[in-house]
Amino acid sequence: MNTEAANAHREAGARLYVWVWVYLLAITALEVFLAYEQLFSTAGMLVILMLLSLVKAALIVAYFMHLRFEKASLVLSLIPAVVIVISLLAVFFPDSLRLLELRVP
Amino acid sequence: MAESRAEVLAGTEWGGGVSPYGVGHKKLGMWLFILSDSLTFSALLVGYSYVRLASRDWPMPFHLWPSITMATVMTLFLLSSSLTMVMAVAASKRGDSRSVVRHIVFTMAGGLGFLVLHVNEWLDLIHEGVRLWQNPWGVPLFGATFFTLTGLHMVHVASGVVYLGYIAARVARNRFTHEDVEICGLYWHFVDLVWMFIFPLVYLLSVRMN
Repeated sequence: MNTEAANAHREAGARLYVWVWVYLLAITALEVFLAYEQLFSTAGMLVILMLLSLVKAALIVAYFMHLRFEKASLVLSLIPAVVIVISLLAVFFPDSLRLLELRVP
Repeated sequence: MAESRAEVLAGTEWGGGVSPYGVGHKKLGMWLFILSDSLTFSALLVGYSYVRLASRDWPMPFHLWPSITMATVMTLFLLSSSLTMVMAVAASKRGDSRSVVRHIVFTMAGGLGFLVLHVNEWLDLIHEGVRLWQNPWGVPLFGATFFTLTGLHMVHVASGVVYLGYIAARVARNRFTHEDVEICGLYWHFVDLVWMFIFPLVYLLSVRMN
């Protein structure tokens, strides 16, 4: 690769990372704003914050951790298993509401 | 036939002749560690969420100033340190070891800034009477979940800073491979990733407005 092409390639890469960082900061600002304004109930805040956090996680894993540019076999071996196991953990949440009902008012 | 069947198989991906994931064994090892550590933090986060959902009077002690502001600054430190780490990896790919060291040092600075603010916050909470088994405001488990979650995360950040320093030292002596820097980067981004969940679930859901 001659230097000019290498430089152009490197700057394109650097710009992509800076953009991802900007998006991450923007989503963080949105989260803090929502918490500050208290626009939603706690349950609503939980759902929105979890969704936004998942978006941030996806950006970090895909771009900063480079998984977007790796082989599909690696992505498929890593991601679905983790998603499934964490979803299985969530099966227990209805039980926490049962506990809440059992408490002495 | 010029090649035996064994030789043909060995040349295929699943015959072992070619790396099926296209990454070296060390990098794959780090990915598998990250997988397991994600599950550890998920278990802690789900445990905290379960206990919190099942409780009344869960303490919401984080005022916008200083707690939420400081936690937001900590988030900015980690996010920026992830950016500098990615720049370090890019620099190592083109063999620019001085740039690598410079960016790793910036990354370490972000991590250290995070730790200083976080320890400060811990000391404030302890000073106000928060313990693992009680606090002055409500459900006793608040302290247990808060200190365990953030404490384990802090251990990861601190060990990450040490790991970064070790890699930076090796790069400065030109005794490194690009893969070493990449793998260190993976660990650091994971540490940032965990905070992306701890920050909203622990801090933003416990804002005290008055």
